[in-house]
Amino acid sequence: MGAYVLRRLGYGVGVALGVLFLLFVLFFTVTAPDDIARKALGEKAPQVAVEQWKANHGYDRPLWPWQDWDDNLLFDHYTKMLTFDFGLSDADDAPIMDRIQAGMGPSLSLTVPLLFLGLIVAIPISLLVAFFRETYIDRMGVFICVLAMSVSTLLYIIGAQFLIGKILRWYPISGFDADPLLLPRFLALPIIVGLMSGIGGDVRFYRTVFLEESARDFVRTARAKGAGEARIMSHHVLRNALIPILTRVVLAIPFLFTGSILLEAFFGIPGLGSITVDAIRANDFSTLRTMVFIGSLLFVLGQLATDLSYGFVDPRVRFE
Amino acid sequence: MMGLAPHMLSNLVVLALLVGLLGLSRWVRRRRIWLESAQAIWQRRRLAIVVIAAYLSIALLDSVAWVGGVPEGVADVLPNQSLSVLDRLFLDTREASYSAPFADFEWTGGEALRHPGSHVLGTDILGRDVLYLALKGARVALLIGGLTSLISIPLALLFGVTAGYFGGRFDDFVFFLISTLASMPGLLLLIALIMALGKGTFSVCLALGVTGWVGFCRLSRAETLKLRELDYVEAARALGVSEVRIIFRHVLPNLAHLIVITFVLTFSALVLSEAVLSWLGIGVDGSWGQMIDGARNELSRDPIIWWNIGAAGAALFGLILAVNSVGDAIRDVLDPRTARTSE
Repeated sequence: MGAYVLRRLGYGVGVALGVLFLLFVLFFTVTAPDDIARKALGEKAPQVAVEQWKANHGYDRPLWPWQDWDDNLLFDHYTKMLTFDFGLSDADDAPIMDRIQAGMGPSLSLTVPLLFLGLIVAIPISLLVAFFRETYIDRMGVFICVLAMSVSTLLYIIGAQFLIGKILRWYPISGFDADPLLLPRFLALPIIVGLMSGIGGDVRFYRTVFLEESARDFVRTARAKGAGEARIMSHHVLRNALIPILTRVVLAIPFLFTGSILLEAFFGIPGLGSITVDAIRANDFSTLRTMVFIGSLLFVLGQLATDLSYGFVDPRVRFE
Repeated sequence: MMGLAPHMLSNLVVLALLVGLLGLSRWVRRRRIWLESAQAIWQRRRLAIVVIAAYLSIALLDSVAWVGGVPEGVADVLPNQSLSVLDRLFLDTREASYSAPFADFEWTGGEALRHPGSHVLGTDILGRDVLYLALKGARVALLIGGLTSLISIPLALLFGVTAGYFGGRFDDFVFFLISTLASMPGLLLLIALIMALGKGTFSVCLALGVTGWVGFCRLSRAETLKLRELDYVEAARALGVSEVRIIFRHVLPNLAHLIVITFVLTFSALVLSEAVLSWLGIGVDGSWGQMIDGARNELSRDPIIWWNIGAAGAALFGLILAVNSVGDAIRDVLDPRTARTSE
């Protein structure tokens, strides 16, 4: 077991280092520091100003270790990212770490309720659809799912803001307030939109899982013993389907922290998604690469956690 | 393109596409499994296939273009410009106004229109016919889905099949590359690539292709690992058949159903993600995503301007729904796994 954990950990570290290298290639060589400076200062900035900007933001050193072993951007990039010293924003010189810490709370306040409400809504519906498999209810359900999946998230957002926010005036169109009394009113609309846009894919996924489980031998045995269909669904199918469902939830946890780019930007929630969109709009490369790194790191950690828990639970995984 | 005008290139692509489709249909007709699958899919989703064919023909009409042959008044405005069949259909009704569907007078100012009721879906804020713009988006959408698949599927097959078949160090490297790319947040990697590559149709497709090949690469690698161990592959190897021939004759044909399923299912995802990119300001010119984004704020006017966003949204929704439902049917028919569970 120890060897398995070590091997898996080593692989996770390797992937994180690989991500950092890709980021370096994308943000330091494909877009050279000169391009970044010119995007910040304007196309017609004099070369002196560009050099000055590069010196101020620490971009004025050689890129690769073979150019200068002691002082190069590649090693600097690795040491800074791995010690979580993200430095200053390229756009307005604000510390990136402060921003991330401030954005984590609003992001979580949207994504955590969204995850749980999604489970609460999608699982009963998909159980129902799987219960009526091969009937008109099943076919209608699947068709509605495909229908719901075919609408662009942009249209869901614009439609909900227009219909619920502007015409019906149930909830504010956008905005955010950390006050726990006001917060639910502001979060209502993005949560509704998030549920609508995710429900189609979720129900289809869970339906497939349930159908796979209900084709198993133990379900047939239970039916032969005389167990009712409802009891089979709740005791034999749902219980066994909890493993893939749980895997999906665990894999979704890292993304709770990074928030939802579209929802946060449209509904004015100052979370990590909004920070990312602002960084894209402002050509803020240092913030953008930090966000990509954090997202990847969380994903790697999530995968590691899932794999290790499998290793603990299922002895077959260890000896592979 | 070395002295070749862009519209001539697009005409050649149309020709190549038509020849390719003809060849494909002949090929399918000669193989019984594929013929039966195609018939089963056609029987399940007739309407959706007709809808996709309609979108495709609109896109083809918009791709066949030539210079000249326009009426007098228009030739002064657009001298020596190539116009597609679709452009020519909408030449007469061009009118610089802002009007609602079937309107008799201008929305702003209230002046009478020269051609009352000619704009079936109204015009946008720049006076362009909305129906024309919505139809023109079909070409862009199919281009995004098609070109990106042409980049990502061969890339995924190249790496996935060779890694799975030969194994060893190369397989380790490919697997590491896949896990690294898969761990980066998709949309962010996409944005980073487009910011690095610059804007434009080709670089957007390239970025979408580079981020999108990972999933299929993993799938084809896993599938090749299984196929490699099969008896007939071993028999071929024992008979001294070359590795390249084994891959092309025994491995790739067994991946064909996966290629078709992946192509159709990622197509809709690609078109939808282009809409998001348009909203971020890094989309493709003339796409439905750009129309939706441009008309977003028009909804807050009074009276409400709904026809713009409605037309683009409906066109996008129609294509995606048709492709998704055909994709479902294709997966049901071709994928042995779903065929087994639905028994």
